[in-house]
Amino acid sequence: MKKFLGFIIKEFISIFRDKRTMVVLFGMPIAQLIIFGFAIRNELNDATIAFFDQSNDYMTEQIKQKLVSSNYFKLGANLQSNGMIEEAFKGGKIKEVIIFEPNFAQKLLKDGGAKIQIITDASDPNMAQTLLSYTSAIIKDYQTSLNKQSDLAPIIQSEVKMIYNPEIRSTYMFVPGLIALILLLVCALMTSIAITKEKEIGTMEVLLVSPLKPIEIIIGKVIPYLLLSFFNVITILILARVVFNVPFVGSYILFFFIALIFIMTALSLGILISSVAQTQQAAMMMSLAGLLLPTIILSGFIFPISNMPLLLQWFSNIIPAKWFLIIAKGIMLKGVGFDHIWKETLILCGMFLFFILISIKKFKVRL
Amino acid sequence: MTENINVISAEKLTKRFGSFIATNEITFDVKKGEIFGFLGANGAGKTTAMRMLTGLLTPTSGKATVAGFDVYKEAEKIKKNIGYMSQKFSLYEDLTIKENITFYGGIYGLTNAEIKEASERLLNKLKLQSSGAALLSSLPLGWKQKLAFSVAVMHKPKVVFLDEPTGGVDPITRRQFWDMIYEEAYNGVTVFVTTHYMDEAEYCDRVSIMVAGKIEALDAPKELKRIYNSDSMNDVFIKLAR
Repeated sequence: MKKFLGFIIKEFISIFRDKRTMVVLFGMPIAQLIIFGFAIRNELNDATIAFFDQSNDYMTEQIKQKLVSSNYFKLGANLQSNGMIEEAFKGGKIKEVIIFEPNFAQKLLKDGGAKIQIITDASDPNMAQTLLSYTSAIIKDYQTSLNKQSDLAPIIQSEVKMIYNPEIRSTYMFVPGLIALILLLVCALMTSIAITKEKEIGTMEVLLVSPLKPIEIIIGKVIPYLLLSFFNVITILILARVVFNVPFVGSYILFFFIALIFIMTALSLGILISSVAQTQQAAMMMSLAGLLLPTIILSGFIFPISNMPLLLQWFSNIIPAKWFLIIAKGIMLKGVGFDHIWKETLILCGMFLFFILISIKKFKVRL
Repeated sequence: MTENINVISAEKLTKRFGSFIATNEITFDVKKGEIFGFLGANGAGKTTAMRMLTGLLTPTSGKATVAGFDVYKEAEKIKKNIGYMSQKFSLYEDLTIKENITFYGGIYGLTNAEIKEASERLLNKLKLQSSGAALLSSLPLGWKQKLAFSVAVMHKPKVVFLDEPTGGVDPITRRQFWDMIYEEAYNGVTVFVTTHYMDEAEYCDRVSIMVAGKIEALDAPKELKRIYNSDSMNDVFIKLAR
C-alpha cells in the first residue's frame, strides 16, 4: 500500500509541475465553459432588424413597438423604398426586414386582411429560422389581442409552452455536454498521454521490473486524473450556476454517481488507447480523432441526434457521451430519479466493463 | 568478490516470437559478486535474454533461476531481489533528485527511515548533497546515469541488471561509473551488464558473446583473447560476430 501511495504522490508531483498539463486540466474547462456559454448561442438577443413601413398608421406603429420592445430585436433602420432593402442586407448588420403594405390598418379592418412581408438573411439558416419564428409569434400575439377587442368569432388558439428550458437557452444544453467533453479530455486524453509518456521515456520498463504489480501501475496512473476530473465537474457546475444561472433540479449525489461511471468509462478508454499507442503523439491523435471529435459531433451535444441520417443515429449509440448526456440532462434539468435513467446507466456500465476488459488483455504486462 | 554460488543460472533458455528464435538454448551461470558482461551485436538477443531474466518476458522453453527463484513461477519474488537500469533513461526528469530517490525507495518497499538514510549516503557519495532539491533535468547525462545506478542498487538487490548503462557517456564518467560497479560487486552484488563498449568488456570478470541468438563464447576476457588469438576484446568480438 505504501508503494502504491508513493506512486500516486509521484504522479501528482508530475502533473502539478507540468505547466501544459495544468493549463489543460484547469484552464481548459473554464475557457470552454465561457466560450460555449457566451459565444455559441442558438437563441438571439437584440437581432438588428429594419422596417419598411408603407402605411405608417397606428397599427403598424403598434406592431413595430411590440417587436422592438421584445428584447429579441432592435431597430437598425427605417427604410424608405424597396430599393433600400437589398442595400440593408448587404450592409450585413440587418438580419431581417419587415415590410408593411400601404393602408395596413384600413385594409385589415375593412377587408379583414392585410399583408406583412418578412424577409430574412438566410445566409445563416439557423438564425433566419429563429428570427422568423420569433417574429411570427409576436405578430400572431398582436393579432390575438386585436381579436379580443373586437368581438369577432373566436379563433382556436394554440399555446406553446417550452418546459425544462422555457427560454430555450442553449447554455442549459451546453453545460452537460461540456462536462462530458471535459471528462473525456481529462480522463481519456490525459491518461493515455501520461501512460505513453512513461513508455516513451523508458520508465515504464523500470516500473514493470519493479515489485509494483502492473495493475497497481495502471490504477496509480489513473487515480490522480479521476480525482482531478471530479474537481473539474464541480468547477463547471459552480460556474454554470453562478455565471449562467443554469438550474440544477435533481439529486447531486445521483449526478456524481453517474459522473463517476462515465469517468471510469473514459479512463478505461484512455488505458485502451495507451495500450495501443507507442508514443504520446499517437495517443493524442487517437484520443482527438477517435474520441473527442465523435463526442462533439455525434453525442447530441451540438447537433440533435434525431436529425441525423439513420446510419449515424445507430453509430451514436456506441458513443458513451450520448448516454451520459441523456442522464445528465435528465438529472440537471428535469430532476429525474434513478428509475428513469437506469437503462442508460446500465449501458454506460456495460461500456466500461467492455473497454476495461479489452485494455487489461491488451496491456502488455511483460512488454 | 566472486563467490562460488550461482545467482543466475540459465539452461537451454529459449524465446521464440512466432518463427523467429530470439534466443536459442542459451546456457550460462553467473556467480555471486561476479561482473558478467553480456555482449552481442544489435539484434543478437541480449535484450530478450535480459527481459526473461528480469521477469518481463516468459521464456518459451528452458530453465532459469535468478537469486534462487524460478523465472516462470516466482517472477514477483525475482523482482524484489533485483535492481534494473535500462539503456533508455530510468529516472523521472520532472522530479527532483530527492523525489526520484524517495519514489524508487518507496516502490521497492523501503521504510521512510531507510529511504532517508540511503538518500543521504547516496547524495554524499555522488557529491550531490547541495543539489537534492534540483530537478533531475538540470543534471548532465553522466551524473544522471551514476544516480540511476545508485538508485538501482539502493534497496541492496542480489543482482543488478544494467542494459547499456553508459551509452552516450564521456570516457571519464564511464570510468567513474565502472568504479561504482566494482564497489557494488565487491560488496557482493552480482552485476549483469550489457554493453557495446569493448573497453568495458575488459573490465568484466567474465564475458559472453551472443551471435544470432546463441552464446558463441563465454570466458574471462583474458582467456577469450588467448583463444581467439587477439590483442583486444574488440578483435574477439569482430571475429565472432562477423
